[in-house]
Amino acid sequence: MHKRQNLLAFGLLFPSILVLGTFVFYPMIKTFWLSTQTTDLMGNPINSVGFKNFTNLFNSEIFRTSITVTLIFVLVTTVVTVVLAYWLAILASSKLKGIGFFRTIFSATMGISVTVASILWLFMFNPQIGMFSRILAFLHLPDINWLSDPVWALVAIIGTTVWMNLGFSFLILLGAVQAIPEDLYQVADLNGASKWLRLTKITLPATEPTVFFVTVVTLINAFQTFGQVDILTAGGPDYHTNLLVYSIYQDAFVNHAVGRASAESVVLTVIIMVVTFIQFYLNKRKAARYAD
Amino acid sequence: MSIKLQHLKKTYDNGEEVLTDINTVIEDGQFYVLVGASGSGKSTILNAVAGFIPVTEGQILIGDKDVTNLPPKDRNLAMVFQNYALMPNLTVAENIVFGLKARHVDKNIQQERLAEVLDAVHLTEYQHKRPTNLSGGQRQRVSLARALVSDAKVVLMDEPLSNLDAKLRAEMRREIRSLQQALGLTVIYVTHDQTEAMTMGDKVMLLNQGKIEQIGAPLDLYNHPVNTFVADFFGSPAINLLDATIANSKLTLGNGHSFKFNQTLEGPVKVGIRPENVHIYPGGSMNGKVTFVEPLGDGTNLAVDIGAGQLMRMKVSEQLLLNVGDDVRFDVVLDQMMLFDAKTEQLLSVGQAENIAV
Repeated sequence: MHKRQNLLAFGLLFPSILVLGTFVFYPMIKTFWLSTQTTDLMGNPINSVGFKNFTNLFNSEIFRTSITVTLIFVLVTTVVTVVLAYWLAILASSKLKGIGFFRTIFSATMGISVTVASILWLFMFNPQIGMFSRILAFLHLPDINWLSDPVWALVAIIGTTVWMNLGFSFLILLGAVQAIPEDLYQVADLNGASKWLRLTKITLPATEPTVFFVTVVTLINAFQTFGQVDILTAGGPDYHTNLLVYSIYQDAFVNHAVGRASAESVVLTVIIMVVTFIQFYLNKRKAARYAD
Repeated sequence: MSIKLQHLKKTYDNGEEVLTDINTVIEDGQFYVLVGASGSGKSTILNAVAGFIPVTEGQILIGDKDVTNLPPKDRNLAMVFQNYALMPNLTVAENIVFGLKARHVDKNIQQERLAEVLDAVHLTEYQHKRPTNLSGGQRQRVSLARALVSDAKVVLMDEPLSNLDAKLRAEMRREIRSLQQALGLTVIYVTHDQTEAMTMGDKVMLLNQGKIEQIGAPLDLYNHPVNTFVADFFGSPAINLLDATIANSKLTLGNGHSFKFNQTLEGPVKVGIRPENVHIYPGGSMNGKVTFVEPLGDGTNLAVDIGAGQLMRMKVSEQLLLNVGDDVRFDVVLDQMMLFDAKTEQLLSVGQAENIAV
């Protein structure tokens, strides 16, 4: 009886074990293993080098730049996306005529693929025909080489990514803002509470769990940014937009240094894990505070 | 502070009329109940008085001041909400002084008033807890305290007891009523519960589909309902409304039983008999078969088939040992018997029938 139940359980779990094992666990374990190897041009391991790949990485100027710009990129992208999406969500939750149109527009970026969006922005950043350069010229401001200046290139990638992630964050936050009970705002109305008091005592606390969720998702998405970099800057100029995932791709499939690429992947995994743990710890501590 | 509602009208954009010509005066210190089924417009009136929704036509006067177009904060009102409307992130004390804080009241005065109202609603030892850790009754008392702390003389209450269990509701009814009387508050109280309307109100407005059916003291509405809707709304079990005809000063029920009738009326009518206005005793002049019995302990509810397809609900204060199918004899208390026009359903008279001498 017991055995049959175990068999049934295994049978039911088998499809997901198969899928997860093939596409998640096996590649993950293999990545960890490959990060301790040197490989030939085909990516086959030649010999074991221990942690040499990692020490090489941290001694490499290129990799350190990559880590720095990745952290700056992720931090700025996440903050700007969440703040902007929250602001739009509050605007779009007002009961005005035709507000449905704006809700659709604000969430529309969800339906656009990375490639299409990047090419769109590539045109807008074009120094000759691009919208941004035209605007600067119109305002008689000095021209900016959007994609070939180390700082502005990162700004351009951040702008593109924020725009692309905005739709999803906006939609989720809009749902949260609209779910806040109306009577809380009526209490505020009766006493003429200021906009600031409403935001800090009603809206923000009520949407905090959703803000947390959106932050985590945006953050992890930002760490995995690839398409925008590939199309807009290809990691340049001088590695200043060489985000980690792009760097991994370059090392694995362009430089054929699979061992080095695997080591970078492990570093990225560890960073995301640490950040996620910190977030959940903060959230748990907050929950504990509410319990009394 | 008195409140006057003059020709209030509310029409939605789609043309649906939710309030039609609401007129009433709520006296200073009165406990005024708006009662009706859902969709009757009672909450719409309350929201209009609060200033949460604009009215289409008419004026709202609070203490002789026209507030029709003023924002809620300038109407000097407090409100108690059905779902308490407490901010989960704030403690009991912070919730209560929220309005004072919004109005920039001096911190010392805030604390003084807080202590007073916490005492009034018996929540002093809970002031540092958060609402999620309180029971429903305690939460509603916090909401009540927040309304009291504002010092507003008009308090609006929107079904404040509907989320509480029956026992707590009875307790809170008394608590709210005594606080209102002690503080001399003018209260507009919205409810769908006829018991709350009867037990708490100084004056009751019964609404039906955006129209006023009747305004009056609770017992007036019970004893002299202007039509069958009002008669049917109050009382549990509901009033018996039986078809009958009047001819030659004789009122005859469907089952053939007749009463002497003193007014010059002819034709079909509806007879209204409250379930408690029935005497069951062996010498009764009417009879019927019991179709259902509900022993209550302190009394008995029953329904009796009196013939010709007419069922009569009865409520007596004794424990009757009756079974379904038993024969009972009874008489009706005639000076409480109501007559309604069969067509318009308006009240014609109360207590004009007499038993015909046998």
